[in-house]
Amino acid sequence: MPRITYIEFNGTEHTVDGTGGDSVMETAVKNEVPGIDADCGGGCACATCHVYIDEVWLAQMGERSPMEVSMLNLAEGVADNSRLSCQISLNESLDGLVVRMPESQH
Amino acid sequence: MNAILPDPYTIPLDKLDPSNPDLFQNQEHWAYFERLRKEDPVHFVDSEVFGPYWSVTKFQDIMYVDSHHDLFSSEPRIVLGHSKIDFEPPMFIAMDPPRHDEQRAVVTPAVAPKQLAELEPLIRGRVQAVLDGLPVGESFNWVDRVSIELTTQMLATLFDFPFEERHLLTYWSDVATENPELDVNSGGRTEEDRRDILMECQQRFMEIWKERAGQTPKMDLISLLAHSPATAKMEPMELLGNMILLIVGGNDTTRNTMSASVYALNKFPEQYDKLRADPSLVTSMISETIRWQTPLGHMRRMATQDTELAGKKIKKGDIVVMWYVSGNRDEDVIENANDYIVDRARARHHVSFGFGIHRCMGNRLAEMQLRILWEEILQRFSKVEVLAEPERVHSNFVMGYTDLQVKLHPL
Repeated sequence: MPRITYIEFNGTEHTVDGTGGDSVMETAVKNEVPGIDADCGGGCACATCHVYIDEVWLAQMGERSPMEVSMLNLAEGVADNSRLSCQISLNESLDGLVVRMPESQH
Repeated sequence: MNAILPDPYTIPLDKLDPSNPDLFQNQEHWAYFERLRKEDPVHFVDSEVFGPYWSVTKFQDIMYVDSHHDLFSSEPRIVLGHSKIDFEPPMFIAMDPPRHDEQRAVVTPAVAPKQLAELEPLIRGRVQAVLDGLPVGESFNWVDRVSIELTTQMLATLFDFPFEERHLLTYWSDVATENPELDVNSGGRTEEDRRDILMECQQRFMEIWKERAGQTPKMDLISLLAHSPATAKMEPMELLGNMILLIVGGNDTTRNTMSASVYALNKFPEQYDKLRADPSLVTSMISETIRWQTPLGHMRRMATQDTELAGKKIKKGDIVVMWYVSGNRDEDVIENANDYIVDRARARHHVSFGFGIHRCMGNRLAEMQLRILWEEILQRFSKVEVLAEPERVHSNFVMGYTDLQVKLHPL
């Protein structure tokens, strides 16, 4: 089971066990981790599940799709390590992943 | 009130057209969409008034169309119908990338989190003043005294438009959203009248625009547009188009949700009790109202290539209408979708803001305005009582109220 740590903007950490195939967004929602709105429910269509990926994990993330790039344009405070968490599918190689939340989903 | 329209189940499916504005004004559209969601979720009809188009009525199909801007273009307009006198001011909501992205990015800072934090105390002060000026214990129209007043004040601030002339913004917004197809539209105006009025709007904005261009850049919408390389050289018609977009976007939507919140809480009194007992439910109540009301009933797209949607063959050039007002009642995605539930789980999961690159830009501002309004109402009045069924806007686009008689009860 891949284990993920979500760090809220205020520094509060939530470490949860995910299920392979679920997205980083779904895992947060299922475990009631605050800070991810996911208004569209995982369709890469609303940009309200924006997270920052810890640098050490970036290389394993793969590329953003063109749609994800378009949607990130709508988000606030986007950085090089910004991703939409509904677009990252969990597998064993992401065990230990650390993601940080923005101040708010916008 | 228009004559009662036919029961949708008596109409042959291939003739079923949910676009008649009478349906919405009479609240008879619900059964039309219920039948379409069940029997023909992606439905073709050659409409008498609006011509041939596809109706997309289910949540997931709407999200698919909305988030595939490469397959479904927003040009040249995003509302059903067309102008008979070719009066179509260009605006970025009705543009595709890259032009859309460039123009939208220019105005986004006006509703960024930092700006919203600065606006919050101003909005709260205004809400308090409006509420404190209302008569208690007597009948008045909530639409005029609260919904229109508050949204118009907000618009004047966003544009830094002369405050004493702010009623013009509401007036232009109302004129802009009238259907050009109807010979005499809801305002009793012809399309030529409509064009003339909006040209006056253009004149007024051109004057302000020129003034702002010569001043130090500020955070209001006109100044942002006047100083950005992507928009500083806009033609007068494009300026008008974008002004209309921003006025309508900030006006009708929030205004009608403000009215809807009062109406819905009266229609579902046990929900009003729940909210009074736990004011922390305001946030989810606001999202639920935005879903339940669906302030904008639809958005129009045009297929850029032959494609398929839910098994139907869509041809390049076909008009595709996403009925947001129907998607928000899709029981496959939203449980008990016809009910208004102030503590609904995942209340933000609705289609009212649209999806994809055209998703509502001012959604957080709208939510904030509504939240502050209700925080202040709950501290002042035990009940905003609805006295009669409301009168509604004649439109398949704006799902709105013109008259909602209420009486305030003190705490």
